[in-house]
Amino acid sequence: MNASTSKLISAGPLLDETDRRLIRATQGGLPLVPQPYLAIAEQLGIGEAEVAARLAAMLENGLIRRIGAVPNHYALGYTANGMSVWDVDDEVVDAAGERIGALACVTHCYRRPRHRPHWPYNLFAMVHGGSREEVRRHVADILLLLMRDFTGRLRGHEVLFSTAILKKTGLRLRD
Amino acid sequence: MPEHSHAGRHAPGVSSCGAARPALDDIDRRLINELQGGFPLVARPYEAVARTLGVDEAELLARLRRLLDAGVLSRFGPMFQIERAGGAFCLAAMAVPDAYWERVLAQVNSHDEVAHNYRREHRLNMWFVLATETPAGIADCARRIEAATGVAVHLFPKEREYFVGMRLEAR
Repeated sequence: MNASTSKLISAGPLLDETDRRLIRATQGGLPLVPQPYLAIAEQLGIGEAEVAARLAAMLENGLIRRIGAVPNHYALGYTANGMSVWDVDDEVVDAAGERIGALACVTHCYRRPRHRPHWPYNLFAMVHGGSREEVRRHVADILLLLMRDFTGRLRGHEVLFSTAILKKTGLRLRD
Repeated sequence: MPEHSHAGRHAPGVSSCGAARPALDDIDRRLINELQGGFPLVARPYEAVARTLGVDEAELLARLRRLLDAGVLSRFGPMFQIERAGGAFCLAAMAVPDAYWERVLAQVNSHDEVAHNYRREHRLNMWFVLATETPAGIADCARRIEAATGVAVHLFPKEREYFVGMRLEAR
């Protein structure tokens, strides 16, 4: 283990016990009943309006990114995904990341620490497609963008294709 | 809350890569594409959404149940970013020798903190996400995995996230 985790510390809002119970009650999904917030309220022993208000506050402060459908990439035909990783000069990596993140084929784009000497890459862009060929075409587009608009700033890149999902449970607060 | 009334207890299994693609009609596609966010906080949200899709509440609920059962949707509900509550996510990777693959995999997956785990074609061949309620939990879990497997865990904390516009589209 050779990376600092200090950057993970956030000064986010602390949860009270009702928030934690609300997260546990909804992290697996909303009840598929006509009045889902009422069902949650009854389960938690609080009012329906309080459930809605707490969820609204969590949306507001970013604890909830969004509420809705979470599609399975594979079932939608996005059977290939490549984690493209790029070694870009620190001075321009943020500008490059903003450009790459804006591409339609990129679903996540992050700056992360390098692990030299084996891992020189500091920019990660997840690329999805219907086939490896499609993913490779998208990666070639990214490469062209970087060579054209960030000339001389790219030192190398790789694409790591996934060959198996080994676990996918999503996030869980423990009971 | 009984299990069966929850959206998303049918998380796709560990090998959905080669699964046949379920048939989707136009309403399914609109539901998937238009409902990836913005689910309303009103008393009857499914009814409100159903109206915009031109179906009734019962049909929307039935379609959601079917899409969840078929694994087209892995979940329906809030997407939490637990790091905003003082918790943390961290991408991690290991270079696992083939001879130890199954043993290391079982060890890594046995941790509740391991949310996703993917095999990738690289010397670093196991990539997983650690999700913990405190930032210190990341390093702690990584150390426990290293101690149990004897394989180094490389941590790739997110230093910056770049805006991503599009969400995956059903096509």
